[in-house]
Amino acid sequence: MFLFIVRRVFFAVVLLLAVSFFTYMLFAMLPSDPAALTCGKNCKPDVIAANRIRLGYDKSLMEQYWLFLKGIFAGRDYGTGAAAFSCGAPSLGYSFGQHECVTTLIAQTFPVTAYLSIGAFILWMFIGISTGAIAALNKGKWQDRAASIFTSIGVSLPTFYIGLLVLFSVVIWLRILPFPSYESPFDNFPVFLRTMILPWLVLAVLSAASYTRLTRNGMLEAMNEDFVRLGVAKGLTRRIILRRYVMRQALVPIVTIAGLDFAGLLGGAIITESVFSLPGMGKMSIRAVVESDLPVLVGTTMVAAVFIVLANVLVDIAYGYLDPRVRVK
Amino acid sequence: MSNEVVLSVKNLSVVFHTPDGDVAAVSNVSFDLHSGETLGIVGESGSGKSVTASSIMRLNNSITATTTGSILISGVDILTADESEVRRIRGSEVAMIFQDPLSALNPYYTVGKQIAEAYLVHHPQVSKTDARAVTLEMLKKVGIPNPEKRIDEFPHQFSGGMRQRIVIAIALINNPKVLIADEPTTALDVTVQAQILDLMKDLQAEFNMAIVLITHDLGVIAEAAKEVLVMYGGRVVEQSTVDALFSEPTHPYAWGLLGAVNSLSSSGRGALATIAGSPPSLIALPRGCSFNPRCTFASEICRSEVPVLRTVGTQGSVAACHLPDNEILTIGREVASR
Repeated sequence: MFLFIVRRVFFAVVLLLAVSFFTYMLFAMLPSDPAALTCGKNCKPDVIAANRIRLGYDKSLMEQYWLFLKGIFAGRDYGTGAAAFSCGAPSLGYSFGQHECVTTLIAQTFPVTAYLSIGAFILWMFIGISTGAIAALNKGKWQDRAASIFTSIGVSLPTFYIGLLVLFSVVIWLRILPFPSYESPFDNFPVFLRTMILPWLVLAVLSAASYTRLTRNGMLEAMNEDFVRLGVAKGLTRRIILRRYVMRQALVPIVTIAGLDFAGLLGGAIITESVFSLPGMGKMSIRAVVESDLPVLVGTTMVAAVFIVLANVLVDIAYGYLDPRVRVK
Repeated sequence: MSNEVVLSVKNLSVVFHTPDGDVAAVSNVSFDLHSGETLGIVGESGSGKSVTASSIMRLNNSITATTTGSILISGVDILTADESEVRRIRGSEVAMIFQDPLSALNPYYTVGKQIAEAYLVHHPQVSKTDARAVTLEMLKKVGIPNPEKRIDEFPHQFSGGMRQRIVIAIALINNPKVLIADEPTTALDVTVQAQILDLMKDLQAEFNMAIVLITHDLGVIAEAAKEVLVMYGGRVVEQSTVDALFSEPTHPYAWGLLGAVNSLSSSGRGALATIAGSPPSLIALPRGCSFNPRCTFASEICRSEVPVLRTVGTQGSVAACHLPDNEILTIGREVASR
C-alpha cells in the first residue's frame, strides 16, 4: 500500500511538471509582448523596457520557466534598487494587470471558491443521492418519473441560464433576497449566507442531476445482484439490505466521481462565480483571460491542476478502501 | 430421528406478468418433504424448478409475479404470512444455497461478517464475540482450512468451491429445518462438485434437515436424493423415488433424460443422445401435454388434453402421461436397462 501511494505521488508530481510546462508556454504563444501589457496604452518605451528587465521577460523562455519553477519553492525577487519587490515562496509569479503577487491574489480569492464548492458539494451529494435512492426504490412510479425529469433538466440546462433565471426571479422580480454582495463569513455571517444560498443551490441542483442518475442506476443494478438475494434469504431486514448490500455497492462509483467533481470545482466555478459576482478564483481567471494577465492564468491553472491531480490520487487510495477486490497488498 | 413433514407444498402455481404476456412458470406443483430427507427436482432450463425454489422462500417479486397455492413450513403458510413472519422464517427455518457462489457473497464484507450477520439477525441477544465463535465453529464444520485466519478474508480471496462452503455455512448457521439448494454444484468443477455433495450429505445427517436439491444433473440426483420430481414446462410430469426413476421411469421426458445419461455411460462412443426439439416457451405452452411436440409416443389425445398425475407401476411412481400403464412400464424398463 505504501509503495502504491509513493508511486502514485511520484507520477502526480511528474504530471504537474508537465502541466506547468505547457501552461507556461502560453507566454510563447501570445502574439503580443507581455512587457507591453504591464502598463496602459500610452506607455513610454523606456518604462516597458524597464519592466521587461524587472519581470524577467528579457530572458529566454526556458530560463523564464526555470525561474517560475524556482519561485514556487524559493520565492522570487523582482528588480533591484528602489523599485525592487519580492513574492515569497510559493511564488506563482507577479500579476502585471493587478500589480500584486499571484499567490496573494489566489490566497484572497480561493476562500470564496472553497466556500462555494464545499457548500454546493454537501448540498448536491445530499440532493443527488436521496433523489436517486427515492427513484430506485419507487422504480416506475411517479417519484421515479419526477426524478428522471429532474435529471434531464439538470444535465441539459446550462448554469448561466439557470443562474440568471434564479437571480432574476428571486432577487429582481420577487425581491426575496437582496442583490448578492460578498462578505467573508468571519466578518458578516448573515450577509455571507444570503449571498451564498443562491449560488449553492444553483450549483447543487444542476450537479445533483447526474448523481441522481448514478445513484438510481447503481442501486437498481445492485438490487439484481445474487448477493442481495442471499441477503433477503438470510432474513435480513430491508433496511440492512439497502444499507450494507445495495447502497454499499452503489456508492463506489459515486465516491470516485464526486472526488473528481469536487476537485474540479475548487479550481474555480467560473460561470457560477461570474453570474453571482462572487470574487472567487473562477471570476479572477475570467478577468485574467480578458486582460491577458498571463501570470494569473498560469497560477490559477496550476492550482486547479494540483487539486485535480491530488483528487485522482485520493480517489485511487479511497477506492482500495471502498472495494476490497482492488485493495493493493 | 423423527420423520415429520417439515415442508408441504400444495398446488403451487406461479404466473409472471411480462410485457409479452403472462408466463405460467409453475403450475400445480405439490409435494411433501420429511425431515432428514432429500427431494430432488430435476428438469431443463425454464422447467420451473428454480421458481419453485424461490417461491418457498417467497423471493419472487410480488408485483411481477402472482403465486397461488400454499407452502406450509412449521404450520405457517409462507405465501400468506406477513412480511415480518416470513423474514423470521427465512434463514432460520428455511435456508437457501444459490447456483453461483462467485456472485452470491457480498464482495464488500469479510466472510466472517456475512456468516455472523446471518446468525445475529435471528439471535439478536447474542454478542458479536459469541457470534464470531459460532461462525468459527461453522467454518470448521464446512471444511474451510485455517478458519481463524480466513474468517477475516474477503470472498474474492476464496476459490469457487470454498465460496460455496461459505454459502453453506451461512445457510446452516441457524440450523434450519429445510435447505433449498438451487443447482449448488453447477458452477463448480467436477471434483469439487463431489466434495460439496458429500459435505451436504454429512451436514444433513448431523442437523437432520430436509434438502430440496434442484439440478439438471441426473448424476447429482442419483448421488444425493431419495425422492425426485421431474418437471417440464412448469408442471410435475413424474414423481418417484430415485431408485424407481432409474429402474422404471414412467414418463417419456424422463426416458429422454435417462437416455442422455446412458448414452455416455454404456459405450462412451457415438453420438450423445438428445431429446429432439427445445424446451417450450412458457408464454405459449403447447396445448395438451406440454411435452407432446418432442414426444415420439404422442398421439391425438396428447395434443388436446393435459394428462393428470396418476400412479403407475409397482414402485409408487406418479406420472402425467396418456400412454397406458403397461406400455409405460415396458418402455420405461427397457430405457432403464439400456
